[in-house]
Amino acid sequence: MQDETKNENGIFRLIVLGTIGLIVLALLSMAIGKYALSPASVLNVLISGLTGNTDGVDPIQQTVIWNVRLPRVLAGILIGAALASAGATYQGLFRNPLVSPDILGVSAGASLGAVLAIFFDQPVVIIQISSFCGGLLAVGAVYAVGTAIRDRDPVLTLVLAGVAIGAVVGAGISLIKILADPYNQLPAMTYWLLGSLTAVTRADVLSILPATLIGLLPLILLRWRMNVMTLGDEEAQTLGVDTRITRAALISGATLITAASVSIAGIVGWIGLVIPHIARLLVGPDFRKLLPASILLGGAYMLVVDTLARSIAAIEIPLGILTAVVGAPFFLWLLASGRRGWS
Amino acid sequence: MSRLLALTIAFLFALIAPSFARPFTDAGGRTVEIPDHVTRVLTAGPPASVLVYVLAPDKLTGWVREPSAQEKEFLMPAVRDLPTFGRLTGQGGTANMEAVLAAKPDLIVDVGTVNATYISLADKVQAQTGIPYVLIDGSFAKTPETLRQVGDLLGVSARAGELATYAETGLKTLNDGLAKIPAADRPKVYYGRGPEGLETGLAGSINLEILEAVGAANVAAAAGKGGLTNVSLEQVLGWNPDIILAASPKFAATAKSDAGWANIAAVKAGKVYTTPSLPFGWFDSPPGINRLLGVSWLEALLYPKAFNVDLKSDTKSFFKLFYQVDLSDAQLDSLLKGATPKP
Repeated sequence: MQDETKNENGIFRLIVLGTIGLIVLALLSMAIGKYALSPASVLNVLISGLTGNTDGVDPIQQTVIWNVRLPRVLAGILIGAALASAGATYQGLFRNPLVSPDILGVSAGASLGAVLAIFFDQPVVIIQISSFCGGLLAVGAVYAVGTAIRDRDPVLTLVLAGVAIGAVVGAGISLIKILADPYNQLPAMTYWLLGSLTAVTRADVLSILPATLIGLLPLILLRWRMNVMTLGDEEAQTLGVDTRITRAALISGATLITAASVSIAGIVGWIGLVIPHIARLLVGPDFRKLLPASILLGGAYMLVVDTLARSIAAIEIPLGILTAVVGAPFFLWLLASGRRGWS
Repeated sequence: MSRLLALTIAFLFALIAPSFARPFTDAGGRTVEIPDHVTRVLTAGPPASVLVYVLAPDKLTGWVREPSAQEKEFLMPAVRDLPTFGRLTGQGGTANMEAVLAAKPDLIVDVGTVNATYISLADKVQAQTGIPYVLIDGSFAKTPETLRQVGDLLGVSARAGELATYAETGLKTLNDGLAKIPAADRPKVYYGRGPEGLETGLAGSINLEILEAVGAANVAAAAGKGGLTNVSLEQVLGWNPDIILAASPKFAATAKSDAGWANIAAVKAGKVYTTPSLPFGWFDSPPGINRLLGVSWLEALLYPKAFNVDLKSDTKSFFKLFYQVDLSDAQLDSLLKGATPKP
């Protein structure tokens, strides 16, 4: 019992310290950008915007801070946190460290949705909605197929159904890219698939907030059962957990947040794969600690990567490239070093 | 009474005059407030860069893609080293919003296909940055209108009129000449892109808009309507084109030397030509007004008897008038290398 209180305190401390760290990082990131602004004027613009007293503040500076930089910083944190928590959930559910949120086809489905909407010359809002729905539909299809096949390991059938449906969806994406107009549509599709936050607005951030929060809810509520799920289906059932319902709830939550973030940021790989590993190395496999650690680390990592994406070169560097360049070597090191961060 | 009316009108005008903006309805049906004196223009894509460069090079703030050393040789010195901003097309773009704001443009111009996607992107960027963003229809047949419209927008109507007249004369000569050429005398043309030359455009492809404009038969139209596509050598052999246009000198060399291509009518007759590409493509990329010069080139190449074209002097005067560059004879020869029949 005393251990449990200690544990609770540990989690509390982790969340408080992590949040403070994240806020400091966000403020630092706010001071960096292509539009030269001193930290003092950034603060000035922020404070004047919050108090509503904007007299004498340069309108361009206001635009830079409120319409460009702040939405990006917030979107970066939100998306990083979403992808990392979804990754941690999927890895635990599938009891496999090589699983990323794409395993059940959410990214492929979201890509197909976006590419289709770009192909049919739809407005941005429709592209985002179509991408969001595409992600949910793909996972829905995988889940339906996975549960329809009886008498096999439910986890394995889900993964294999994901591989198969992912392949079909991938073929669809390639087909549309071939049919697309090479000047107007193809570059848009290519950059979309690489992921970027360059055009993110405050409205975009607000639009994914509800789905992200609703998706996080089952992950937070079921954090203890998640621990039990990592023991395997039979053990979990012996302990009185309805594995089917728990798995369905966790998959729905993780899929919802991934689809939401993909719909405004495009495909940002590696975060969902690598961040849960780092979190596990730091706090261990207990999901009650792993989830907040993944959320905070994911937010911080994405924030740093996006700050690099918008500041190191004259033009934007797609996020997919940066997260992979930074993430892949780390992941290989993790594999090679053979550290047991897993169970 | 009439004096009172006159006074009222004068008063109303006096009210309007100090506001330094005028409404402009763009190709997307959006009404945008344009500042009276546009001095810095940011271009959202390559065709817009070409258009602003030919109309008002001093107002161009930067490039979408940095011109290569070869291209710079044929550009005015003043614009050679302008910064590169990347593509400004929202989520599918590479431009950094803060870098865009830091350049302090008065106006953003995009030229090309106008559809719901681009309309919503323009609205989004305009709302985010507060910079007026106009969409201009880039179809080849409308070149004179486009020149005049954007000329008015940039406050260079006189120059725009001069260029538009040149374009009108060129298009009129073309259409009058074509009217006298029966379909049987129009050559069958294959346009090959990519290192192997096996990438081509189907009927209606924007890459071949100008080939259609000069009334030649695109052999790949037999394969259907659409954009760029890959074909097999077998198909090209079946089409047996009279003339091959190669997007790269590499493919031109392959077509001339490779045994697989040897039996095609165009190769046997020695009619394999490279499309000139400096400083902007004469034939397809980017799909801007740079293709006007391609018309003279194709007239001379496809219908040497029907059109009396002095390609060298046309090229010199086009470069002088549009690009404001004096070509030396050596430069002229390097531009047209492989693009014309050997005398």
